[in-house]
Parts: sequence; structure tokens; C-alpha cells
Amino acid sequence: MGNANKVTLQQKKSGLTDANLLLIITIVVFFVMYASAMAFLGEGFLKAQTLFDMLNNNAALIIVSCGMSLVMICGGIDISVGGVVALVSMCSGIFIEYKGGNIYGALAVSIAIGLAFGIVQGYLVAYLNIQPFIVSLAGMFFAKGMTTIVSSDLESSTFNVMNEAFVKIKDIDIIIPFLGYTNKHGKYMDAHIEIGVIVAIVIVVLLFCVLRWSKLGRNFYAVGGNMQSALMLGINVRRTKFLSHIMCSLLAGIGGFVYFLHIGSGSPSHASGMEMNAIASSIIGGTMLTGGVGNIIGTFFGVLSLSTIQNIVSSLGLGEAWWTGITIAAMLCLFLVVQSIIMSRQKIMLAVRNFFNRRKN
Amino acid sequence: MKDDRTILEMKNIHKSFPGVRALQAVDFSLCEGEIHALMGENGAGKSTLIKVLTGVYEKDEGQIFLKGHEKAVVIRSPQDAQKLGISTVYQEITLCPNLSVAENMYIGRTKGATVGWSKMNKDADKILESLDIPAKATQQLASCSIAVQQMVAIARAVDMDCKVLILDEPTSSLDEQEVQKLFKLMRDLKSRGVGIIFVTHFLDQVYEVCDKITVLRDGQLVGEFEIKDLPRVQLVAKMLGKEFDDTSEIKNTELVYGGDDASQCVFEAKDLASNVGIKPFDFYIKKGEVNGFTGLLGSGRSESVRAIFGADKVISGTVKKNGKNIKISKPLDAMKNGIAYLPEDRKRDGIIGDLSVRDNIILALQVLKGFFRPFSKAQANKFADEYIKLLDIKTASKDTPIKSLSGGNQQKVILARWLLTHPEYLILDEPTRGIDIGTKTEIQKLVLKLASEGMAVTFISSETDEMVRTCSRLVVMRDRKVVGELSGEDVNQNMIMSTIAGGDKE
Repeated sequence: MGNANKVTLQQKKSGLTDANLLLIITIVVFFVMYASAMAFLGEGFLKAQTLFDMLNNNAALIIVSCGMSLVMICGGIDISVGGVVALVSMCSGIFIEYKGGNIYGALAVSIAIGLAFGIVQGYLVAYLNIQPFIVSLAGMFFAKGMTTIVSSDLESSTFNVMNEAFVKIKDIDIIIPFLGYTNKHGKYMDAHIEIGVIVAIVIVVLLFCVLRWSKLGRNFYAVGGNMQSALMLGINVRRTKFLSHIMCSLLAGIGGFVYFLHIGSGSPSHASGMEMNAIASSIIGGTMLTGGVGNIIGTFFGVLSLSTIQNIVSSLGLGEAWWTGITIAAMLCLFLVVQSIIMSRQKIMLAVRNFFNRRKN
Repeated sequence: MKDDRTILEMKNIHKSFPGVRALQAVDFSLCEGEIHALMGENGAGKSTLIKVLTGVYEKDEGQIFLKGHEKAVVIRSPQDAQKLGISTVYQEITLCPNLSVAENMYIGRTKGATVGWSKMNKDADKILESLDIPAKATQQLASCSIAVQQMVAIARAVDMDCKVLILDEPTSSLDEQEVQKLFKLMRDLKSRGVGIIFVTHFLDQVYEVCDKITVLRDGQLVGEFEIKDLPRVQLVAKMLGKEFDDTSEIKNTELVYGGDDASQCVFEAKDLASNVGIKPFDFYIKKGEVNGFTGLLGSGRSESVRAIFGADKVISGTVKKNGKNIKISKPLDAMKNGIAYLPEDRKRDGIIGDLSVRDNIILALQVLKGFFRPFSKAQANKFADEYIKLLDIKTASKDTPIKSLSGGNQQKVILARWLLTHPEYLILDEPTRGIDIGTKTEIQKLVLKLASEGMAVTFISSETDEMVRTCSRLVVMRDRKVVGELSGEDVNQNMIMSTIAGGDKE
């Protein structure tokens, strides 16, 4: 028997890779969830603006999650991103409100803070071989501590930024034609998105291209897939890991600036728990914590799924925060189970085939 | 360089590790279009030599010459080796399972910052087709069988214009047909002028594809031979370091205790096989008998006893104890049936380093009794004292952590652990490895004493003279198959070697 059997086994479908399958599942889950929300909850979900608001509120999270996906694909993790976002938005706020800086200066400050975190953490992880979890845990505490320190001289550590030039830019709305709605008073409202959304989408597209078509991007996958093999294949593993951390922290810096642009205030409690949302979004988006598998488009839909859940929970009138927490937990569980099934599907299929062969004999 | 066809020459290679001289004055040469087997038992220095050649280790002394290079070449890393045209395919696949076949062939060695998918896939398909490898460029590597993954690794090496291809035990996890496909690929490469170094434990495979054999033993070169000049039995003799026609050897019959023919089988197995690739085998052992599994390294001797003990997943076969059918699916089942097993790797499978000698001794009995019914301190001390005295274990006290004992004494502690359970059938896998000569003899004597008291013992050692001294019956294995059984007068070095070699006694 063996021969014919073997050949078919080896020539079998080259079709869907694990990563693509996970991506499709993510996108389908998002659309099903959103469509059923539209069908059963109606009202708000039927308005295009609800979707745009989701983007407006989560632009920063999308950017930060993209960075998170990068490190996770490369086999690492970075839990300092939430702290970096808080620090960046605090520093930008102080810079504009109290130091008389302009918005470009604030952007430069944000990028500099992100880079600094990336270089230090990346160096520790890649060249000194310290666990990324530990390194970024330290980074998180450091960023949170710094946020409090820089705001300690102010009369109130929470403040709104009133600078006119800033407020003008913050309030820029980009009008999306034809998708507006008529409000209760019969007035037509334009559908609009913020600048941050444009930034986030540009970053998503850019990173998608980097991961798909650049050698650096493919090296991320190789290092995450099997570090030892990557080394044997002639990849500079240390530099690749180093760069993944730099890119992640840099994106956290940019994300922090977008966050600041959206929220327009500084507070030590800003962006708390954002790193966990970023990890959750990446996982829902099909990135594996073990590295080597993931997709930026998936991450984008991961963020949208997460915020759809939050919206659904609050429209059901379950306002309490723990309801959101529990639903997200359930969804994460679901995705982790699906991932582990997919990763072992080859084994499962082999076992099924063996079972039937045995029965035949 | 010896002549035009020589592409690689290693001269006078020395390499030492703390306490071990892994390679001493080893020479090795390879011609183009040649498949050259590198053979040797455990600790022979095969892998050290390979690692020196591929730049994983730096040699202490010696020179490596390559065709086309005037001077001796310097190899400091696997990357250096690859640039010089030396590629290695390891038993464990060193590719990335999450990437596509084509990517695995090209990643890390293309120029430019971007990836040209369509060209890469086309090129990869061309190579795969020309080498007749059943994989598609766009397929995810993890969806290929291990054999195909290895072939992809070879394809990568070939495309990198390798002159010297090292295959380090590539066939260990392949089945018969996959091995044939690999050999076809190897012959194909040979005809293209690639020199192949083939490291394997399988004698049949060596004689099937190789042109030359280099044998190493204990870090030294035994010799380089044309395959046609070296009959199997001579190869086995050279690997084991014995002379085949050594007639001076006298069997020490007083020591061997043959067991009682009339007594019934303590343990019997039929068609036993486990999931690590040993072929189904039959086996029996009688009360008071010492028998053994013998064969070269990797022949499946340890795997066989692991199957008996249920340490690997048993996939077929029936076992009987004292004539009654029993079921052994995990070690605890075997222990409950009075079978004890002293594993080969005592550091990994045997001792629990931080526990005291006493706790290590009572461990197996405690498992049998159940952890919820612990022994009293007094009882444990009594057991420990008794066996420390019985086996003459040299330890400062019974509270000393076992890791501070010498190898031989650690081994005795583990032996004590199993003896304490009063097994009817004791399996000792390499109990004498890495311990001093005195303790070795003590352990051999103890084995014979236990047998004379009625215990059935299976004894495994890589030193055949030790086996001959201790066992009254030997099961001989080759390439994971039982190939013969020797008993009585036949238990001698010559018979062992010729049975391992497959019967041709030229």
C-alpha cells in the first residue's frame, strides 16, 4: 500500500498556511460579530459613525498593537508599551502647555522617548540575553514612575491642554462623504475621523509591506519560528531582535502621541492596561505568543474586535467594566483554543488518516 | 592535497575539552563525488570532528585544506563554513517550520533589502524539480514530512554551491522509503561532484551508499578504508576496538550463571514495539537468568528495554509475567509487576541531585506505596543504612545530597533504590558507564549474586567483554531489529561481532 499513500501525503494541499487561516478566522469573527450587532442591536451599530468612532478611540491602540505584534512575531514581548504611551502623552502635554513648545516639538519628544526605550530594552534583550518579559516589566515600572515624576512639579498632575494651536489640530475632522446620518433634531451630521486614524492606517499598511516584502520582516518570522535555525540559516539573530524592540517602542512613542492628540490631556493614569489590550488584540489577530506567526492586518481587526465587544457590552446595558473584562477573557480563550487546534491540525489529520487506514486493514 | 580529486583534507586535528581529549591527531580526507561514512561508537569523536569542520568548535591544533585554497582555511563559525562551500544537514531540522519551503531555501543569503516572491518561488521550484524533491515552493515547511524537510535543507545547501555536504545522522527518523529517496538524492549529488560526509549508525546504509569509511575510536583515527576492502565484521571489530580473530579470549565460565532451564519465564514479550522506531521483537527471561541486549550504539538496545518497562509508548505486542498476561503502558505498571529499570542516563533519568542519599534510595518504594502514606523517618533510615552497607556505598552520611557522590556510588544508590522494591526482574541499562574499574567489577558481581538468588536480570553494556562475562544469553540487535540470539558457548566476542555485522565472516 505505502507507496501511493506516501505520494499523496507529500503532495497534499499547499493551500492555506497556518498564519493565513488564523487571519481569515479573525476577519470572519469580526464581521460576524459586527453584523449580528447590527441585526440584533440595531440603532447605533447601523450608523457608520459608530465604526468610525471605534477607529477614533482606538487609533493609538492600533499603532501600539502593531508594534506588539512585531515583537511577538519575533518571539519576544514588550509590556512596557502602556507605560511609554502614558509617559509620552504626559511629556507632550507638559511640553506644549507649560514649556511653550509646539506640536512638532512634541512629536519629536514622543519619538525620542520611544527610541530611547527601544534601544535600551532591545540591547538588554538581544545582546545581553535577558528575558524580554523581565526587561519590559522593568521598563513598564520605569515609564510609570517617570510619568509621575515629570508631573510632580505641576499644581495638578491631571490637566487639559488648552494651547490654541494644539486644540486646532486636535479638532481637525476628516469628513467622510455620503456616510453621515441625521440626528434626533433632524440635523445632518457628517461622518468624520481624526488625524490619528490616518496615521494608524498608514502604519498598518506600511508594516504589512515590511513584514511581507522586506528581508528584515521575513527575518522577524524566521527568528520567531526557530531562533537556533535562524542562526544556522545565516540570519543576524541579535540584530533582528534588537530592531524588533526598537520598532515596537518607537511605535509605542508614536501611539502615545496619537493618544495625546485624541485625548488632549495629561494624566499619570492614562493608558493604564494598554499593554494588555495590545497583547490581547495581537492574539485575537492571530499572532502567536510563541513567535513566528502573525499578521498586521489581523492585529488591526483584533483591535476592532476588541472594541466591538466593548461596544456591544455597553449597548446591552451591562455598563460595568467587569462585563467587558469577562467577554474579552472568553474571546481570548476561544482564540487560544482555535490556535492550538490549528497548530496541531497536521497531527490530528495524520491521526485520523491512520485510524481509517487501520480500520480498512 | 593528495591529488586533484581531493576537495577536503583535515590534518592532525586535536581538540580537548576540560578533562577529555576529544580528538587526537585525526586525519580525514574527502574526494569529490564521494560518499564517505564517518563511523564510531559513543565518544569516538565523530560529532566533535564535524563541529570542528563546521566552525562550531575551534580546533586546538591541526589544519584544514580545501580545494581551490592555497593555504589552510580558517573556519570560525557555521557561516564561514557555508561561505567556503561546507554545508551541514543535521538530524534535527535547522530550518524554520513557520516559513514556506522557498523561503527556507533562500532566507539569510540573498542580496538587497526586499524579497522577490515570484522569482524566489520560481527558482525554488526549479531546484526542487531538478533534485526530484516532492515539495512545492509555496508550501509551509511544517506541512512537509521530516524526510522532505531534510531534502529541502539539502536543496538549500546545493543551491549555495556546496562542495562538501555533511549529513549528520539524517536517516534516524526516516522510514524505509524515505531513506531510499534520500539515497537517490545523495547519489545524484555525488554524480554532480559533491563530496558527502555521511554520519550514521546504520551498517546496512553504509554498505548501500558509501564509497569509503573512516572509523574513529576514543578520539583517535582507526583508519580509512575502501568499502570493498572492509567486511562488515571487520568494521564492527574496528568500531568496538576488538580484534575479530582474537582466540586468546577465554570465557570466564565460573562467573556466569545460566539459570535453571526448567524454571518458567519470569517475563515474556511477543511482537513488542514502541513508538521510537524499534521493529517488533520477541523476548523472554527466566528466573535466575542474566541476559543482555547487545549491538552498536543506536542499534535499539536501550529502546528495547524501555519498551519492556513502558518508558516509551508501546504500540504493539503482548507481555506475560510468570505466564499470566499483563498490561504495561507506563513505568508504574511495570513497577507494580515487580519489574525494575535502571536507566542509561543516570543524570537525567535516574538521580534527583538535591535529595539526600536516603530519599533517593526510598523513592521507588515510596512511589509504589503512594505518596500519601510516607515512610516514617526511622523506617527510611533503616532502609538506607541497610543498603548503604549491603552495596558498600561510600557516602559521608545518608543525609548527603546524592549529587556530591562519585558516579559509581550514585549508580549504587540507584541500584539500591530498585533493589529495595524487591523486583523479580531487574533491568540494568549501562550501569557501568563512566564509573571506575573497581566499582564496575563490584556491580557485575552483584548482578550475578542477585541472579543466583533467583532474580532475573537484563544487563546492557556497550563493552562487549563485560557482556560476555556477565550474561548467559545475548539478544543481538542491529539497525533497531533483533538479528540474533546467542547462548551458551556462542556468547563470545567473535560471535557477537559477526552477528552484529550480519553473518558474513570473511
